[in-house]
Amino acid sequence: MNRTMLEFPEPERYELREGPYYHFEISRRAFGQLLGAGLLLSIPVSRALAQRSGRGGPQTLAQRLHIGVEGDITVLTGKVEVGQGSRTELTQAAAEELCVSVERIRLVMADSDVVPNDGGTAGSRTTPSTVPSVRQGCAAARQLLLQTAAERFKADASTLSVRDGQVQGLGANQNFGYTDLAGEEEAFKRNVPRNVELTPTPSWKVMGTHVPKVGSREIATGAHRYPSDIRRPGMLYAAVLRPPSYGATLESIDLAPARAHPGVTAVHDGDFVGCAGPTSLEARNAVDAAGKTAVWKETTHRSSDTLFEDLRAAAGQRNRENTRGNPAEALEKGHRVLRATYHVPYIQHAPMEPRAAVAEWDGDRLTVWTGTQQPDRVRGELARAFQMPEARVRLIVPDTGGGFGGRHTGEAALEAARLAREAGRPVSLRWTREAEFTWAYFRPAGVMDLEGALDAEGKLTGWTHVNFNSGASALETPYAVPHVRTGFKNCDQPLRSGSYRALAATANTFAREAFMDELAAAQGADPLEFRLRHLENDRMRAVLEAAAAAFDWKGQWKAPAGPQTTGIGLSCGTEKGSYTACCARVRVDRDAGTYRVTDVCQAFECGAIVNPGNLQAQVEGCLIQGLGAVLREEIRFRDGRVLGARFSRYEVPRFRDVPAMKIVLVNRPDLPSVGGSETPIIGIAPAVANAMAHAVQVRLRALPLRDATWKAAGSDPNGG
Amino acid sequence: MKGPVEFTLNGAPQRLSVELQRPLLEVLREELDLTGTKFGCGEGQCRACTVLVDGKPTRSCITDVSEIRGSKVVTIEGLAPDGRLHRVQEAFIKEEAMQCGYCVPGMVLTVAALLERNALPSEAELVEALNGNLCRCCGYTNILKAARRAAQAEEVQP
Repeated sequence: MNRTMLEFPEPERYELREGPYYHFEISRRAFGQLLGAGLLLSIPVSRALAQRSGRGGPQTLAQRLHIGVEGDITVLTGKVEVGQGSRTELTQAAAEELCVSVERIRLVMADSDVVPNDGGTAGSRTTPSTVPSVRQGCAAARQLLLQTAAERFKADASTLSVRDGQVQGLGANQNFGYTDLAGEEEAFKRNVPRNVELTPTPSWKVMGTHVPKVGSREIATGAHRYPSDIRRPGMLYAAVLRPPSYGATLESIDLAPARAHPGVTAVHDGDFVGCAGPTSLEARNAVDAAGKTAVWKETTHRSSDTLFEDLRAAAGQRNRENTRGNPAEALEKGHRVLRATYHVPYIQHAPMEPRAAVAEWDGDRLTVWTGTQQPDRVRGELARAFQMPEARVRLIVPDTGGGFGGRHTGEAALEAARLAREAGRPVSLRWTREAEFTWAYFRPAGVMDLEGALDAEGKLTGWTHVNFNSGASALETPYAVPHVRTGFKNCDQPLRSGSYRALAATANTFAREAFMDELAAAQGADPLEFRLRHLENDRMRAVLEAAAAAFDWKGQWKAPAGPQTTGIGLSCGTEKGSYTACCARVRVDRDAGTYRVTDVCQAFECGAIVNPGNLQAQVEGCLIQGLGAVLREEIRFRDGRVLGARFSRYEVPRFRDVPAMKIVLVNRPDLPSVGGSETPIIGIAPAVANAMAHAVQVRLRALPLRDATWKAAGSDPNGG
Repeated sequence: MKGPVEFTLNGAPQRLSVELQRPLLEVLREELDLTGTKFGCGEGQCRACTVLVDGKPTRSCITDVSEIRGSKVVTIEGLAPDGRLHRVQEAFIKEEAMQCGYCVPGMVLTVAALLERNALPSEAELVEALNGNLCRCCGYTNILKAARRAAQAEEVQP
């Protein structure tokens, strides 16, 4: 479960990679042209770009672009759209370099029969890796168009340009555009230069602008088919029998009661039991009937009641440590030394669309539609599970109902394919919400120990930050401290854990930024001034100052004389090459023990902004999603069961929770663009925790910051 | 138990012979290929499955198909029958009130129903009407903007 994935340069231990989910015993049996007439442009990808995309070596041929005989332009990418805006952004990238309108481009995403391998959709890599790769391919096509036109009309290529897909600068009555290129077979056999010139940022016409979301009409009319909406002729609907608890193994089961349901196919293969029938209801009834005969052997499983003690005790040997200077000595000699421990629980992605797949066999070929952020990996899993070459598996990822890092696996694809194999008909499987809450994976819980030493002038001299279990992202402090030790301890943990939007950067930023406030409070300093005193990075300073100015921090901050009904707090952080700073205001009801986050102001910078509208939406979405983990979200478990595996018990943010929000997007056209759908989530938790400490004079160090906990903590200076 | 169920679906009469305890959601999706209505939770907690039953937003995942006998049911597909978008759909597109978009059909129908009975809802009324609808991408701000835009579009209509 905890094998490290080497695909990403970031220390993302939790980019979940594990062995096959199922070992099917299935016996091995003997087991189009999609784009239409036209030409497929294969673009050699430069070594530098291939390395930047984190795949470790040069990609030889990436088939990126298809120009149909009608002049229709199809751009191909292995990336997926799960709500983060990759479809619009990649369409913009292609339109920019091809010099055509956005409407002219059809972007085919994640259909393994036609798209190049662009790696998984994770780690905010689409913007820094795939956008340049698509641009390079499309810029090469533009250059090809210009060269071919120059040869055809004996013109000087350097005097020609492209507008709306047509070559400009030719003689009167001389027209040449992508439509004409489609007839030029010879042109496509030409070697395309490896490093064509991309349109420089100041000349962007499509990138950098607010291009409306591509595909929004299909979504608003209900016409878009998500993975769970795919329908195939003769398709059956499936249900799967889930174990009663984690670690339970199936001793025996009788499928006869399931098979007694008309039209139902039942499968028991290893740990897998499922049924497919003409309706979902039939499939559920059949699974329930078989389930009544199941004999399970359950096992003991740790409870969330003792989670944090257990994690600390279960710290393994695979530790990572970084030391600079002599932090031990700095702590020993510090004028003032603080120590604190912070906790984050397991939480769930809970995308609106649960895991789903449709599988269809055609002889020895398998086609699966499913929602995953790792299509190539899932395709490989399918090939291994059914002992067939990957070339005979076609995996398609329709734009999917939410991801947030929670779709790196392909359980539903395997299950649907196994049932379809048996039924000899296409099968649709959509997980229940309970299954999603229990058998998907979680953002890992964590324990964080921090120590800080201040000198007599209030400058940080020593710093340690050790994370148990939740990950190493954003573990390094952005503040200038001479003596630092950071560590990440790998723990044997009770739940299956994996990636999550910004992953451990959220936990580590929560701990660090809350602790920074404790250090500021210890000397009565303004938290903003205390941070700026220790910040040398210009980009970090810029967003912090931008957020503070927009929030009017300086006009509002007062060191509290005692408990108040409102409080303000701030935080800042950096992850995956982008920078964020967040200010929050809370209002507390001291009698009821409740609080409300009333205002949030966040500044965010991720280089040159590709689409300000989408970026704004991502920042707002991150803030509210992050607020869920501040207010209420927590997976609790006992006896191998998730307690409250439902939206009625696991309460994600709703409209009523939304505070007034002010977003400041800091554009840096002078810098390369990096992703903006993850990092904006990391600042909200510490900003709110700091605002609560400001208001009630109690420091809460464990997420979620539940109502009444600060009241219960009373005047205990160590708080929660 | 199987039985006949007659109702009006998106303006047209519909007669089905189905298991009466099947959730309306599954009948729409599996028998009628109306997949715009989404499954989110199966317990009426997220309202991705919202349809209008006699004009009222209804959670089709916890409504047995037998309960809608004789009713007028409108799904997201019925809101723009001839391809002309409903003003709420137009507002959602204009405000880009969608990230993954899976919650959008339920949101659109909830707003459309609200505006039918309250042409100019206050901010508090909007939040109250929509609070049962979950958007896990948390794109709530743009959804509220879209609802406001749709309300204003209605105001100027004769």
